[in-house]
Amino acid sequence: MNVTATEAPSVESPASGAAPPGPAIRIATSGPDRAASPAEQPTVVELQDLSGFYGSFRAVRNVSIEIKRNQISALIGPSGCGKSTLLRTVNRMNDLVPGYRTEGRLLLDGQDLYGKNVDPVAVRRRVGMVFQKPNPFPKTIWENVAFGAKINGYKGDLNELVERSLRRAALWNEVKDKLKQSGMALSGGQQQRLCIARTIAVNPEVILMDEPCSALDPRSTLQIEELMRELKREYTIVIVTHNMQQAARVSDTTVFMTMGEDRAGYVVEQGETVGIFTNPKNQLTEDYVSGRFG
Amino acid sequence: MTAATTSVRPIFEPQLARRKLRGTIFFGVCVAAIGLTLLTLLVLLVDIFTRGVPWLSADFLTGVPSRIPSRAGLLPALVGTIQMGLITGIVTFPLGIGAAIYLEEYAPEGRLTSILRTNISNLAGVPSIIYGIFGLALFVRALSLGYTLLAGALTLSLLILPVVIISSMEAIRAIPDSQREAAYALGASRWQMVRGAILPAAGPGILTGIILAMARAIGETAPLILIGAVTFVTYLPHPLEGGYTVLPIQIFSWISRPQDDFQAIAAAAIIVLLTALFILNALALVLRARLSAHVRW
Repeated sequence: MNVTATEAPSVESPASGAAPPGPAIRIATSGPDRAASPAEQPTVVELQDLSGFYGSFRAVRNVSIEIKRNQISALIGPSGCGKSTLLRTVNRMNDLVPGYRTEGRLLLDGQDLYGKNVDPVAVRRRVGMVFQKPNPFPKTIWENVAFGAKINGYKGDLNELVERSLRRAALWNEVKDKLKQSGMALSGGQQQRLCIARTIAVNPEVILMDEPCSALDPRSTLQIEELMRELKREYTIVIVTHNMQQAARVSDTTVFMTMGEDRAGYVVEQGETVGIFTNPKNQLTEDYVSGRFG
Repeated sequence: MTAATTSVRPIFEPQLARRKLRGTIFFGVCVAAIGLTLLTLLVLLVDIFTRGVPWLSADFLTGVPSRIPSRAGLLPALVGTIQMGLITGIVTFPLGIGAAIYLEEYAPEGRLTSILRTNISNLAGVPSIIYGIFGLALFVRALSLGYTLLAGALTLSLLILPVVIISSMEAIRAIPDSQREAAYALGASRWQMVRGAILPAAGPGILTGIILAMARAIGETAPLILIGAVTFVTYLPHPLEGGYTVLPIQIFSWISRPQDDFQAIAAAAIIVLLTALFILNALALVLRARLSAHVRW
């Protein structure tokens, strides 16, 4: 698992300079980089009574979540509880899995993404995704970033877009002299930031991150987390993580999922991260965030 | 294994000497295997080169066949082989890659697809003479192409198509799904995913398969005998008109003559054919290196 847990995140967050009492998990409760209270932000994505099925097996049951603009929302929960399935439902990535279907509604800016006239290809441009293992294309760094823009018919200056995206992904200074080199020649952390640059190059409204740091070393993990805090000024981020410390460090709201007797994942509790970690209302949540199971 | 000796504590019998001996024996077998292979090749090459090299000359490369060995040349066969290779390549390349992409990326998983896959593998094992018979019936007779180089090239295309499809499918299958997801996640359509993520990554593997298949086609004789390749052609072939020959046929024809000198010019022709294959393989290496410059799984 990730060693980051032992590293204090004080580098990024001035607010967490003083160690809070009690649990070892530190939560940045306020400060300049912490956006306004989640409740004050408009809703970008809304899941209404959403269920996901692989054939006859229900993997996710009746999930209702609101994702707020310019926030980082974390999905946490034990392995196999359907976090990734849920995440991959939001950009209709799971449509590619034969036999997968959903029930319920998934609204992006009020539009049902599973509506009749919605093309999943169009959805995926609007809802970007960063994967667990960095997966740059076997192309140059420049091509990696430009690919998404090209296929989506970007009309602007590609060079300018590549530079802007790499700058936003905090990678420009490291790669500006080797844009013609293979994206696969970069280190793991750089590759993941390249994948983030590639994602923001198509200007999505929401960025989904599926355990984006689980294949990275602690230092790269911190860089990605810092980057996420930067990105949320312009984007809305949903992150699935196994690392509770990470959820506590970076997210504004947390959704805790687990699975029931029928192995279907469901949402136990959701709310502001501070509340979930310091004052959970549900016993299951408390057991999980305090490390008693999961 | 020897039985465990009686002891209170469980013990090991490392038998290091015996394990190392086994390793040494295995190593010896492997060295013998590669040694024998190389030795056979070496003997063949030495034999061909000692006999053929004295006959290699500019006249030999630019001349036409003759009853007199010292005047014989292989230009018609060389040009025939080059034309045959080009046409076969042009036909096989899109068909092979297209079929492989369809089977790997588009075809729904099901009984029909798996039957198709299995049968393509079976086709790769069909003797080449059968393709010759089929080519005779289809291209020469049914499509009225006659005994032409074009009919021969199309037959060779059919012959190597299964090999090209299989090797391309393997190259495509070797690409991790994470690459497909990466493209889809950016809003790629299926074709954009194939074009942007699959083809560049699978390119080197596909290319290697095609060039190896081409090498096989260039060395083929059996089907072409049925498709009208003749052994004595003194003019340069035209793809659409009758009367052509290719290097392997020319070699076969010279070797089957009793005179020693014809055996020698056959050896010289073999050197030319080997050189052509060598150039083709070198080309494959260069292209492969260039295409895979950015691929590192």
